[in-house]
Amino acid sequence: MITLAALVVLLPFAGAFAGMLGGRRLPQPWVACVPVAVSTVLAAIVAIAVWRSPGERAGTLTLIQTGSLPIRVGLQVDGLSGLVGIMVCCVAVAVQVYSVAYMADDPRYPSYAAFVSLFTAAMLLVVFAGDLLLLYVGWEVMGVCSYFLIGHHWEDRANSRAAVKAFLVTRLGDVGFLFGIFVLGVAAKSFTISDVLARAGSMSHTTLTVAALLLLCGVVGKSAQFPLHTWLPDAMAGPTPISALIHAATMVAAGIYFVARVYAVFWLVPTALAVLGIVAVVSMVGSALAALAQDDLKRVLAYSTISQLAVMAAGLAVGARSAAIFHLVTHAAFKALLFLAAGCVIHATATNMLARYGGLRRTMPITFWTMSIGFAALVGVPPSSGWFSKDAVIAAAQHGALHHGYYDISGQTAAWFPVQTFQPTTLPSAPGAPSVSFEYTGTLGAAGHQLPSGVAWTIYIGLLLTVALTAAYSARAWLMTFFGEARGDARAREGPKLMTWPVMVLAVPAAILGFFGLGAPELRPELVPSLLGIVLAAAGFAGVWLVWSRDPARDPARMLGPVRPVFAKAFYMDELYALVIVRPVQALARGVARVDRVGIDAAVVGTARATRRLGGTLRIPQNGNAQSYLTALLGGVVVITALVVIFK
Amino acid sequence: MHLAFPLVTAALLFSAGVYGVLARRNAILVLMSVELMLNAVNLNLVAFDVHLRDRLHGGQVLTLFTIVIAAAEVGLGLAIVLLVFRNRRMIDVDRLRSLAESEPAKSEPAKSEPAEPSTAEREAVK
Repeated sequence: MITLAALVVLLPFAGAFAGMLGGRRLPQPWVACVPVAVSTVLAAIVAIAVWRSPGERAGTLTLIQTGSLPIRVGLQVDGLSGLVGIMVCCVAVAVQVYSVAYMADDPRYPSYAAFVSLFTAAMLLVVFAGDLLLLYVGWEVMGVCSYFLIGHHWEDRANSRAAVKAFLVTRLGDVGFLFGIFVLGVAAKSFTISDVLARAGSMSHTTLTVAALLLLCGVVGKSAQFPLHTWLPDAMAGPTPISALIHAATMVAAGIYFVARVYAVFWLVPTALAVLGIVAVVSMVGSALAALAQDDLKRVLAYSTISQLAVMAAGLAVGARSAAIFHLVTHAAFKALLFLAAGCVIHATATNMLARYGGLRRTMPITFWTMSIGFAALVGVPPSSGWFSKDAVIAAAQHGALHHGYYDISGQTAAWFPVQTFQPTTLPSAPGAPSVSFEYTGTLGAAGHQLPSGVAWTIYIGLLLTVALTAAYSARAWLMTFFGEARGDARAREGPKLMTWPVMVLAVPAAILGFFGLGAPELRPELVPSLLGIVLAAAGFAGVWLVWSRDPARDPARMLGPVRPVFAKAFYMDELYALVIVRPVQALARGVARVDRVGIDAAVVGTARATRRLGGTLRIPQNGNAQSYLTALLGGVVVITALVVIFK
Repeated sequence: MHLAFPLVTAALLFSAGVYGVLARRNAILVLMSVELMLNAVNLNLVAFDVHLRDRLHGGQVLTLFTIVIAAAEVGLGLAIVLLVFRNRRMIDVDRLRSLAESEPAKSEPAKSEPAEPSTAEREAVK
């Protein structure tokens, strides 16, 4: 099992390695696609094996001695990693196949495909890692891969800037993440995830709070939540398949996945969950509003990604771990579908601007139908996958809000994701015997946790508001792209088969994945939240529809009036950061450069100049006249002799 | 004979030689001055040899060596002078300044290496 998991991780890595070294001598599309496809098959085998006999399997591949604390290169397979692993592989295969056609004319296709493979391998490493440090390796490799892929078209200055921004902003969170890992690892005296989770209960509350909040920094950075979300919309500078990969399967999913992976730690710290909930509410409502006014199809989808990730984060904050992971998986399906379909639209019309689309329903029927399924899932139209998963999150949030912030999850079973955590059977009286005090069970042992009532209500209302807003911006993008008169190039046609096929294949899980959630009681739709969700989504859609149908040629966002530029600029967050952080840092950098130039450099250059000038005076006697040299020699001899005679 | 006479004579000869080496401009005269100095030394050697009554006459032997070396040196020196004369049409020692640093070296030391005529060459052209 562990060998299989290791192969799942290593195959895309080997593919990336071969593709990078081989260059154009190898049949690049095959080198790119085949390893990931084999990985998908293996990941499916792993997932099925875990499904048939649930439980955690861990194995150590090798042990790296560092002198003090050995680093265990170990993998861990359980329901959670099996499910997310197969999701990552599926999306990666779709993206690779799609890229063969989408990037056919690109001169740097080999390096592109290799980085996609490496990206996939890194995400799979995060998913299957059994050790926090190993997980961190995958986490950082993803960061650097995203940098290279977002800046793929680096000839344009804006693209390379976007890549640097993505790298720096996520790095800012990663600093906290790394320290969080250290705090946890040092407190648990082991970096192995299962050990850390087992000993989490015996740690002091301060340690846990510090660790959880530090880890949240990394999660917020990677998953593009509120204070560190600004890199994601700019990351649209990368090729569209990359956006699909980053937004659906890798990178942003890593943050949510990580919280779910070490959920026992967060579960013990209600403060961290409350912070996560507030961050999620701000992110989901704010970015949904921003998505409402974007002119660029890809940016609409980018803000919707932030919003949907915030829904998952809110699910985690209210204790609905299964629902959050369920939403992660369905979101991966429909967001990959949306991005790849958007890539088809962009490929056909050669523009990102919503205002230049229109009427594509007739010329691009396949893209229209698949993208409609994607938008339906995003909005949460009943039988689609997004409806089931979003409803599960809303239901959990509603329970908490109605019970004054107390989230009771003792009823959740391990049908889907066997949650690996501890159950305090006796009070941990003796610190020396934590293994006696805690035992593994299949369910979340702690019966519930308490958030402030206000936070619980905020999360619930934020979720409902987001449902309506999601419907509104999805409707706007959908209507402006596919309906009305053709405003741009009317000769747009469907892309090549290699592009339409992955999109059609992805449409299937986007449509029906939700029914798999019926197997778990906590994921089944509940009457009140689901009805509320449908009504709100319908209201959002109807609002946009009414505005749009009055004049199909114009942008429905005009009704926003004076707040439209505020939304379009995403509440001026970038400008704020530029004012508060970027400019002072640049001024400081200029100051440092100046001090270096007039202080340190001047000292060095001045020393050289003074030495040369001093040497110039000595150079005067060296005039080439041998007789003057001899005269000086004689003079010297006389003087020395005289001195010797006098001072003998 | 008192030792002072040859010593004073040798000292005078040596001083004349030194003066010639340091002050004369003609290279041949400089060479001749060098010979004067050598011969002053020879005189000293012979004088002390006699004065000390050396049984092996080391001073005289050394004088013979010096004479041979002086002959070789003059041969070499004259050949150099001849070549200098062929190249430059003059043998003024104080105008042969190829030993000087080729340029006052403003800022870039690398620049002064190639293709710039040295001071001596420029003066030779004049």
